[in-house]
Amino acid sequence: MLENLPDRSDHGLDESVITSLFPEEVVTRALVRDVELPDGAGTMALITLDNGFDHTRPSTFGPAGLISLRDALDTVAGRTTPEAGEQRVVAVGVTGKPFIFAVGADLTGAALIRSRDEALTIARLGHSVFRRFGELSIPSFAFVNGAALGGGLELALHCSYRTISSGVPAVAFPECFLGLLPGWGGTYLLPHLIGPAKALKLIVENPLSQNRMLRGPDAFSLGIADAMFEPADFLAESLRWAARVLTGSETVTRVSPDEEWDSAVGGARFFADGKLHGAAPAVYRAIDLVAAARGRTRDEGFAAEDEGLADLLLSDELHAGLYAFDLTQKRARKAAGAPDKSLARPVTKVGVVGAGLMAAQIALLFARRLEVPVVLTDLDQARLDAGVGHVKAEIAKLASRGRISADAAARLTGLVSGSLTKDAFADADFVIEAVFEETSVKQQVFAEVEEVVRPDCVLATNTSSLSVTEMAAGLAHPERVVGFHFFNPVAMMPLVEVVRAARTDHPTLATALAVGKGLKKDCVLVKDSPAFVVNRLLTRFLGEVIASVDEGTGFEVAEHAPDPLGLPVTPFLLLQLVGPAVALHVAETLHAAYPDRFAVSPKLRALVEAGKTAVYGPDSEVDESVAAILAGGDRPSSAEQVRERALEALAEEIRLMLDEGVVSAPEDIDLCMILGAGWPFHLGGITPYLDHTGIAEKVTGTRFRL
Amino acid sequence: MPRTARDVVFVDGVRTPFGKAGPKGLYAETRADDMIVSVIRELLRRNPALPPERIGEVAVAATTQTGDQGLTIGRSAAILAGLPKSVPGYAIDRMCAGAMTAVTTTAGSIALGATDVAVAGGVEHMGHHPMGSGVDPNPRFVAERLVDPSALSMGATAENLHDRFPAITRARADAYALASQRKVAAAYAAGQIQPDLVPVAIRSAEAGYTGSMGWGLATADEPPRPDTTIEALAGLKTPFRPHGRVTAGNSAGLNDGATGCVIAAQDVAAELGLDARMRLIDFSFAGVDPEVMGIGPVPATEAVLARNDLTIDDIGLIEVNEAFAVQVLAFLDHFKIADDDPRVNPWGGAIALGHPLASSGVRLMIQLAREFAERPAVRYGLTTMCVGLGMGGTVLWENLHA
Repeated sequence: MLENLPDRSDHGLDESVITSLFPEEVVTRALVRDVELPDGAGTMALITLDNGFDHTRPSTFGPAGLISLRDALDTVAGRTTPEAGEQRVVAVGVTGKPFIFAVGADLTGAALIRSRDEALTIARLGHSVFRRFGELSIPSFAFVNGAALGGGLELALHCSYRTISSGVPAVAFPECFLGLLPGWGGTYLLPHLIGPAKALKLIVENPLSQNRMLRGPDAFSLGIADAMFEPADFLAESLRWAARVLTGSETVTRVSPDEEWDSAVGGARFFADGKLHGAAPAVYRAIDLVAAARGRTRDEGFAAEDEGLADLLLSDELHAGLYAFDLTQKRARKAAGAPDKSLARPVTKVGVVGAGLMAAQIALLFARRLEVPVVLTDLDQARLDAGVGHVKAEIAKLASRGRISADAAARLTGLVSGSLTKDAFADADFVIEAVFEETSVKQQVFAEVEEVVRPDCVLATNTSSLSVTEMAAGLAHPERVVGFHFFNPVAMMPLVEVVRAARTDHPTLATALAVGKGLKKDCVLVKDSPAFVVNRLLTRFLGEVIASVDEGTGFEVAEHAPDPLGLPVTPFLLLQLVGPAVALHVAETLHAAYPDRFAVSPKLRALVEAGKTAVYGPDSEVDESVAAILAGGDRPSSAEQVRERALEALAEEIRLMLDEGVVSAPEDIDLCMILGAGWPFHLGGITPYLDHTGIAEKVTGTRFRL
Repeated sequence: MPRTARDVVFVDGVRTPFGKAGPKGLYAETRADDMIVSVIRELLRRNPALPPERIGEVAVAATTQTGDQGLTIGRSAAILAGLPKSVPGYAIDRMCAGAMTAVTTTAGSIALGATDVAVAGGVEHMGHHPMGSGVDPNPRFVAERLVDPSALSMGATAENLHDRFPAITRARADAYALASQRKVAAAYAAGQIQPDLVPVAIRSAEAGYTGSMGWGLATADEPPRPDTTIEALAGLKTPFRPHGRVTAGNSAGLNDGATGCVIAAQDVAAELGLDARMRLIDFSFAGVDPEVMGIGPVPATEAVLARNDLTIDDIGLIEVNEAFAVQVLAFLDHFKIADDDPRVNPWGGAIALGHPLASSGVRLMIQLAREFAERPAVRYGLTTMCVGLGMGGTVLWENLHA
């Protein structure tokens, strides 16, 4: 009867030490209930994972939760043999509270771990509990009823069988996204179940692709689950299926996993290198573990995972990742320094000045998200027609791809119109301009708009670098002018810099922030200052790299100098994406404001003057004429020198921005760089990296975050 | 345009296990609409020959049509069950005879030719919707003496029935109740009840978080008390009247449950390859004095028999709902049938199984259909039940296994 009781000496577990690490844990309890299975299949001990909250607070595993699960298994393990009589159970099942299976390790707890011993203990505790699902003398079944992330998915993988609901919205190993690896069995069990290629897709590729998650049917078709049922009666049907498996009337067949380990591992490394260039240790560690899983026993595989987790739990990259994750989950949802949101005025009609590409993108977004009439204006009929036509074509494209219904497309199409005159704005509540980046032009536009709109209509500008305060200067109501800076492509990039000009009032700010939320964007509130946050820092960073080229650093050296940071794009590719002319314009604006820190590169100017719009040709090779323009100079730097210089410049600039009050805290800088520039979680945006590398202290005398 | 009525058949029926109403019952934390959805989905699984888009109507009865039994439950359950959106549905109410009325109403529509196939059933979560909750009886009922004040208390109407028929004693009622418990136990032991139960996932979370048990599975009826004795029954209180006769033991309890069945035109069933189990010959609903509502099955049955030139002797099986033992005994006495006649509720009845008001009518049909299969020599059968506010309903069926 005592078989399967765990040998706790194997990991020297002291429960009080572990649970005291994390006194605030929201404990996920393992509730056990006997279920009489249909078909006379016997009694199953069904474990429900439930933290006592609804689905808005998903169940996670901290130390006390793991111990609760272990205790539940202890009682089950004593009932697996015929001697248990009427108490005998023939199988163990595990499922979650409504909509949630389990979403993995508790991240709040992960951040509290301070020593390698603590980290190792947590890693081993997870293994010691989870692996018993696969090592009982009776079959175990995971009924994946809802989101199964990280440790939740690993728990399911330890079971003998799995069913999944076709309604599950998220199955994933997000660990590498944060700087960890699926080390409670994931890197060992998943490749052995579905093969290394598919496993690495979950473990490496998806987390590095905006943390993509699988839906239930995807997970099923990958072979992660043995059966899939619809959500309406998922658990009842799963239990009937389990009964059939136990009585032998249902045979579980699994596709044999692909065995191309070398090519799968090589492919994952290539993918990771393309994204990270070796930055972020977790991903590479995870790939190594999957590669080694091939020849390892379970004990060896799990022990190697323990070591991996112990190393990563203390890594700077994980801490930066957890910090970044927290920013995007919390700070991004409510802009720091925002006025009372009850001050926001309703927005029932929107005007867009301009009908260019940016204006059209903005108009489409407003129509889709706010579902209010949107009017574009332009002085030129042909441009106007093209702009409105572009929006309508995009709507048609969404419909043809099945992203929106025909009815929704008809509704959106009806919302978007064009006008040659601005009277169409008379009853608008929010007018945004996206015209040529020239202060005088924008001033004139606002003056014309003000003639027709109500005094409380918000006037917003999508300027990327000009002074919002200057734009508002000549108006009767400058207090209703606000910056509303999107990033390209508008539909994709989550950030809007909401710019508070000198006289912007609270209702205007509140309205702009409410509009941002309605557009499903994350807003950061910034003070009116040249180029705000993202463009100022990118320009400074890029400026240093280009300056090194001006001085004679080879293109290839400069271009790849930042590679070890794992940034999303290289400097000159970024220049190409922004457009050399726009980049030059922003650089000039910043040079005018801060001539000693922002140079205007002669080579960049030459590039623009030569009419170059790209650095790379369609074949991804550097355009020869561009290379010629970029050549020359007699003071070359090494890649390391370029990188150091660029990072030090960032540290200096960020300190100045904080001193100027451009944003209220370094967290806002990081949020802007993550959401607006796509800078990676493993850098934490940027200030955690500048802190833990000592660059912040070296340049500014202090860390950004203490 | 002259036309011919079509024959209507009962194809298949399914129900949830019945639970005891209340905070400790099986379904305390299960939604009523989820229960009927489980039934509809099981009907579709069991009858793969029935293309869901061929279902022309989903009629679901509930006595209280608010909360998780509201939102036009026949339509909302159809959507929640995943039926094509082209399948319409409605909610229907005749108190205890709700599901029976769902069957007869859809049957009428099928006979007329307006519908080919229907899903008909009922649900009552008496834990979430206690009897009479939310009703606001018109004061005229009492002021104008339209009904006796006891008419709205079902237990009181049962006591009234004992008054009218002094030969029906408490002892007879208790004996009948014990027999019902014994018959259900025997039917369970023989595996006769279980095949038409759909297991339902149930959850216990709110009964105090630390005391919660998580998910479970309802696989068997909760109300039966197979071990009860005549002595135990004799010792029960009579809550409706001091020194009365009606007890919790000789009446159906307060229960949660859902039932459903597939009703089809006989020719359509044949076309689709559906296995028709019994043919609906006729039905009748009758009104009686509300204060003796339990007598309702008598005139309803008399009407059906008369219209079809049958006598009670032609009826080989009777499934009579056991809201109260006295009401069954009054029916049996009227037709001069012995209390223990093997034609009557051979697998027991609501006293043991429970009576989730609007769902019970289809439970009677489910059992009759199974009993028909076991007794191919029987040609005719009845399902009959009394209804609050003084009604009775009877459906006459023909065994297609004969």
